[in-house]
Amino acid sequence: MTFRALLLALGLLLGLSGMAAALQPDEVLADPALEARARHLSTELRCMVCQNQSIDDSDAELARDLRILLRERLKAGDTDEEVLDYIVARYGEFVLLKPRFSARNAVLWATPVLILLAGGLLAVVALRRRGNSAAAPLSAEEEAALRDVLKDQS
Amino acid sequence: MSVELGHFALVLALALSLVQAIVPLLGARVGSSSLMRVGEPAAITGFALIALSFAALVLAYVQSDFSVLNVWENSHSAKPLLFKITGAWGNHEGSMLLWVLILAFFGALVAAFGQNLPPTLRANVLAIQGLIATAFLLFILFTSNPFIRLEPAPIEGRDLNPILQDIGLAIHPPLLYLGYVGFSISFSFAVAALIDGRMDAAWARWVRPWTLAAWAFLTGGIAMGSYWAYYELGWGGFWFWDPVENASFMPWLAGTALLHSAIVMEKRSALKIWTVLLAILTFSLSLLGTFLVRSGVLTSVHSFASDPARGVFILAILVFFIGGALALFAIRAASLAPGGLFHPISREGALVLNNLLLTTAAATVLVGTLYPLALEALSADKISVGAPFYNLTFVPLFLPLLVAVPFGPLLAWKRGDLPGALQRLQFAFWAAGAAAIASYFLIDRASAVAALGIGLGLWLVFGAVTDLAIKSGIGKVGAAVALRRLAGLPLSMFGTCLAHGGLGLTVLGIVSVTSLQAENILTMQPGQSTEISGYTLRFKDLRPFTGPNYTEDRAEFEIGTDRGGSLGELVSSKRLYTARGMPTTEAGIRTMGLSQLYVSIGDRTEAGLVVRIWWKPFVTLIWIGALVMMGGGFISLMDRRLRVGAPSRRKAPVAVANEGKS
Repeated sequence: MTFRALLLALGLLLGLSGMAAALQPDEVLADPALEARARHLSTELRCMVCQNQSIDDSDAELARDLRILLRERLKAGDTDEEVLDYIVARYGEFVLLKPRFSARNAVLWATPVLILLAGGLLAVVALRRRGNSAAAPLSAEEEAALRDVLKDQS
Repeated sequence: MSVELGHFALVLALALSLVQAIVPLLGARVGSSSLMRVGEPAAITGFALIALSFAALVLAYVQSDFSVLNVWENSHSAKPLLFKITGAWGNHEGSMLLWVLILAFFGALVAAFGQNLPPTLRANVLAIQGLIATAFLLFILFTSNPFIRLEPAPIEGRDLNPILQDIGLAIHPPLLYLGYVGFSISFSFAVAALIDGRMDAAWARWVRPWTLAAWAFLTGGIAMGSYWAYYELGWGGFWFWDPVENASFMPWLAGTALLHSAIVMEKRSALKIWTVLLAILTFSLSLLGTFLVRSGVLTSVHSFASDPARGVFILAILVFFIGGALALFAIRAASLAPGGLFHPISREGALVLNNLLLTTAAATVLVGTLYPLALEALSADKISVGAPFYNLTFVPLFLPLLVAVPFGPLLAWKRGDLPGALQRLQFAFWAAGAAAIASYFLIDRASAVAALGIGLGLWLVFGAVTDLAIKSGIGKVGAAVALRRLAGLPLSMFGTCLAHGGLGLTVLGIVSVTSLQAENILTMQPGQSTEISGYTLRFKDLRPFTGPNYTEDRAEFEIGTDRGGSLGELVSSKRLYTARGMPTTEAGIRTMGLSQLYVSIGDRTEAGLVVRIWWKPFVTLIWIGALVMMGGGFISLMDRRLRVGAPSRRKAPVAVANEGKS
């Protein structure tokens, strides 16, 4: 197989495979602080044509476009939040790997908190109730048995 | 011929598992011991039949019998022998057969070593195992039969997905399934106890080793999968919060909780109802994981099966077992008498906290995995739940858990002494604190968070060692006495120490690689050099190479130290599997101490070859820690007290449980 044929095969399949880290050297911004922000944002954005990959990890063309787009926004002076808003406005919330705090996502965000609180409450109540039953007075038979034991010992 | 034999054995196994599901259960109801005893031979013979069937499939793969549809779809005559064998379970049908094989294996173990179980409990457990086997054998035979023939037989196969052509496939799925399916035993015991309406310390004593074994296998399986993804996928990530990973992580979280609550149940007869519920939930999460992965409802890198008929079938199995078990639980749970009392600050209390946090973590993963699916089904809205969500929710859940771990073993049962425990842990506390401060000032790039993370990992390690030191009296008695005492400690205490310490090592690895790794992405021409974290990397050449069923471009690098010394070569390549025309990246990895240099190559451009280099400090601790945890599980299993089927010298089961109280 010639190298050209191989490249062709690679090119055809690249979008489907996404098996290698993605960021290309030519995309990297000169300003390290800005680049660090870009990298962080890349991990929060989904590659829309991939299966559960962030654009930071994906080789797909679309991911590259998004990486370049978000770097352009950063260079234009956008804050992180503005960049995300800009991209969400174009691609929908599906692009965010961390869904927003919104009424629609309330179940998602509230579940861990509610389970923790409910579980904690249940444990406390169970302990209390059990604790009270421990303090319950002895029954008449137990009292008698106790008296017997004490009598034997004295 | 052997293929038909395997097929026939599978049908026989189905018939037998039906017998196993019905007859012993009936026997237990009417009190007939002869009916109850049917369970054991049925379980052992069923296992033998499924093993025969599995062997027939493997044989077809080894012989490259492309007249079998499954072999044609997933194998190739030029594939190395190892990958021909592992290819047998590197696909939907074969992996389901492996699943059932392991299920039958566990059932046969109970039948073989369960002689000292109360007869009705044994009969019920085997019946439930038989019922699960029946459901999954039906699933295989009706929707996922690996023995279907092709006519005419093709000359050559379509090859196995190249990503799966790796030693990882030989280890990861069997280990993972041993864990996943191992929890079926805890489940069967829980349901059997609910049917009986009776649970005692002997029950917990029986459930614990099975849970422990399943947990240890699952730990190893997850770690192996993580390392496999790390080196195979070519960007050096070790955990992706992929739905398929979550599917194995949920049973692990719940199983870890179960492991701990079963201790309370065995030692103190408390948390009975909760332990039963947790046993049901853990295996339910395993079933759910099987459903998520096998139904193709998720689209992720692992889902190599998608067929709605299968999805609906597994969903029915899921509803039947989870719904049935939970309904039984709702009816019978109240009849289980509550057990021992305890103060919130006690070993029991610590284990309750462990359970609370682990269960919440499992629920978080569950909702994160299912919520996008539910939302899409109900409203056609699509959202993504990925790594940033889990990072945000897991840190606050795991932080208190990790801080609390060393306290657990140092608190007494019933009523513990928290200031006392803290005092005994002061060495661990100061040592970990000092290490955190030192790493903040001494390591470049170390943020305060990274330093605290390193401190936390060491706190777990030192805390685990402190527990053993105190129990053997080091520092209080002479060295010789302490050593003798240490040697005399029950193996389960070493198991606890290793499991908790291993967790600390994993934390250390995760913290150091996420916060301290260095990255260098560049284009290189042959002869050019670059630097990373004190090492130099010289790109020598890019050469074509032809393997048995692939061609590749191999980039050769020479590693050197910044002082000019040479550390040899490293090869990283881009491979093309010819049968499927599928490219993969083979990362070049050099392990130095506990750290790794990770090199992965990208495309050729005009400026040269795209090269990505990472320095991953202490990355191997992530998996070493998991292996140590797994080792802890197995060492604990060897404890006489827990040994499965250990010859019993006791008069009644309860006597041993009391003996075990410390």
